[in-house]
Amino acid sequence: MGGNQKTTMTGAAALWKCLEREGVRTVFGYPGGAILPAYDALRHSSIRHILVRHEQGATHMADGYARATGEVGVAVATSGPGATNMVTGIATAMMDSSPIVCITGQVGSKLLGSDAFQETDITGVTLPITKHNYLVTHASDIAPAVREAMYVAQSGRPGPVLIDVTKDAQQGSCQFDFEAAAPKMRGYRPDLSPAGEEYDRALALIGAAKRPVILAGHGISVSGAEKEVQQFAEKTCIPIAMTLLGLGHLPASHVLNMGMMGMHGEAWVNNTIQEADLLLAFGMRFDDRVTGNLKTYAPHAKKIHIDIDPAEINKNVKVDVALVGDLRKILLELNARIEPLTHSDWIEHIGQLKGDTAVRDIQNLPDNGHLYAAHVINDLWHQTRNRDSIVVTDVGQHQMWEAQYYKHERPRSLITSGGLGTMGFALPAAIGAKVARPDADVWVVVGDGGFQMTMAELATIVQENLKVNIAIINNGYLGMVRQWQEFFYDRNYEATPLLNPEFSKLADAYGIRSFVVNRRSGVIPTVKAAQAHEGPVLIDFKVEQEDTVYPMVAAGSALHDMIRRPNPLVETAEDE
Amino acid sequence: MMHTFVVYVENKPGVLSRVVSLFRRRAFNIDSLTVGRTENSEVSRMTIVTDADTDQARRIVANIYKLVNVLLVDDITGQPSLVRDLSLVKVGANQETRGQVLQLAEVFKARVLDIALESITLEMTGGEEKVDRFLELLSPYGIMEMVRTGVVAMRRGAKSPTLGLKTMHAASEDDSVSHSV
Repeated sequence: MGGNQKTTMTGAAALWKCLEREGVRTVFGYPGGAILPAYDALRHSSIRHILVRHEQGATHMADGYARATGEVGVAVATSGPGATNMVTGIATAMMDSSPIVCITGQVGSKLLGSDAFQETDITGVTLPITKHNYLVTHASDIAPAVREAMYVAQSGRPGPVLIDVTKDAQQGSCQFDFEAAAPKMRGYRPDLSPAGEEYDRALALIGAAKRPVILAGHGISVSGAEKEVQQFAEKTCIPIAMTLLGLGHLPASHVLNMGMMGMHGEAWVNNTIQEADLLLAFGMRFDDRVTGNLKTYAPHAKKIHIDIDPAEINKNVKVDVALVGDLRKILLELNARIEPLTHSDWIEHIGQLKGDTAVRDIQNLPDNGHLYAAHVINDLWHQTRNRDSIVVTDVGQHQMWEAQYYKHERPRSLITSGGLGTMGFALPAAIGAKVARPDADVWVVVGDGGFQMTMAELATIVQENLKVNIAIINNGYLGMVRQWQEFFYDRNYEATPLLNPEFSKLADAYGIRSFVVNRRSGVIPTVKAAQAHEGPVLIDFKVEQEDTVYPMVAAGSALHDMIRRPNPLVETAEDE
Repeated sequence: MMHTFVVYVENKPGVLSRVVSLFRRRAFNIDSLTVGRTENSEVSRMTIVTDADTDQARRIVANIYKLVNVLLVDDITGQPSLVRDLSLVKVGANQETRGQVLQLAEVFKARVLDIALESITLEMTGGEEKVDRFLELLSPYGIMEMVRTGVVAMRRGAKSPTLGLKTMHAASEDDSVSHSV
């Protein structure tokens, strides 16, 4: 232990030893021929191995683990199909800047390029979807690769790193020296900081703005800048709109927090952005889902972009000032230099923009005997808000309703696949989150479509004895696709109706406690029962089949051009 | 407009494919790309010519920097620099026209590599425009075969970029090249 001691060991042993020394306590994996030497050496390691049911699950678990903690999540698979099964999870982590390290076995180095059994050029395959990757063919290169990978994954703009280790590298022997394996990277520069005059220009723009808005993204939690963003907003009295991955990094109840913007953001939030004269983008990347049509996006606004990745600057939206670097450090500097501001006229105006939003809110619709997903999620929020709860969502309508109706107060309390929009993410990511935060209540909010993509991981939950609560928002459709068909494809519901198994019986088969809820009155009692039950729980919420997520900015439309939920008080209500 | 980038990368397997993959993935077009050894055995050097406006050029630089093996990107567009393109050209030449072709070669300081009964093969090195003009003048004689290497480039003057070993936590301060935006 420790020091500069060299120890002779196999590459496989060095792999685990190095991960241990890097602080890794858990890996998610699936064995196979080319990674067997590593698995054989696992018995001498303190690392907990969680056996998944599909390698995609392993990557999402590593991702969920990373998002729940900010630490690197590690996934392990064999060569060939094991490695290619990881591709979706790696791409998911890449798009959402999530630090994961994937370790794959590879055929022996002498067989490379020969189309050997279970050989895939996985470093080639993952080249565009990893932050970096390694092909390791010598035992002595394993420790340096692992240390670099761990460093690259979590520094700068985080992302996935893959290490492909040939079988002979695992079997060969090496001198393990942790200190000597420290990263020596000549070109890698994760720690940029802006020039002084950029601060001056930013401060001048902020001081001159009459209608400023902060756009708060995932970078807040990556940088650990939750407190600094709040201080900045409070000192300058600037309202905040959140991206999907920004939710939770500022309390939803904060008076300046307007909630989510973008395709399914509240209409008044999007209108606020369209009327703004200054946008302050904090750790977000102007994704097309938040900007709508770029030609008409925030036409009156100057833009200040703070991001750690210089390649994001001027990518989608041309900005006036760019502060490239760590958001927290930059805000510490800005907070120290900025004068307190008030924007009472602007705040008051924003209040007026809300208009009849509350009336259109589905929460205010009378109970007509139907169970609406939004009601389920709002009730789930009421029942879980006072506990340390993490919600992990999948992709689709339920994800947007969750974002709208679950009011996240704490950072890292929402885990969801944003950029890639990966169906099947929720269940395995929730397993990763539960392993990372065993004391937290973990809730999976998942559609009936996405659930079936990775439901094999139910077995992982049971085998690993994890208390994960699963809420299936079951509408018998691929709901978001159906919604697009409703709006844009003449209600041609091609390939969207789902014939589902009885999910409660499926849960029974795994020994998971199950419930079925058809009425709103059943939601809270069932959630309570789930919380009280010691083991994992699956609740099948059979919700209204043809419900729609409102508001909606159609792809390619201007951000203020929204399809609204009809106002029930105005019979002739027209969509704006 | 054409931008010329000199990219210094670690001499490691797969680096070229990382750079090329980046251009393909981001839909940046490559006009020419050359790669070769340098005075330092650990460093390879690429010269990439691409058609891009100023904003795009900045984004290209920022994206190349995201590759972990990249040491330095120098946009030498519009800077005092030496840019050379080498071409081999096999041109038709019989007894009647041989003298004219050789005369052209002499004017352009092209080297004669091979003379056959019906052809002359010339080596021409120079800036891209000079090579272009030379080829244009040769075309009436019938260009039978031609290949160009794409450009290699170097800044003029004594100053060279420093590629000193950076420690992992060092702030990035590059004297000659800024990659902030």
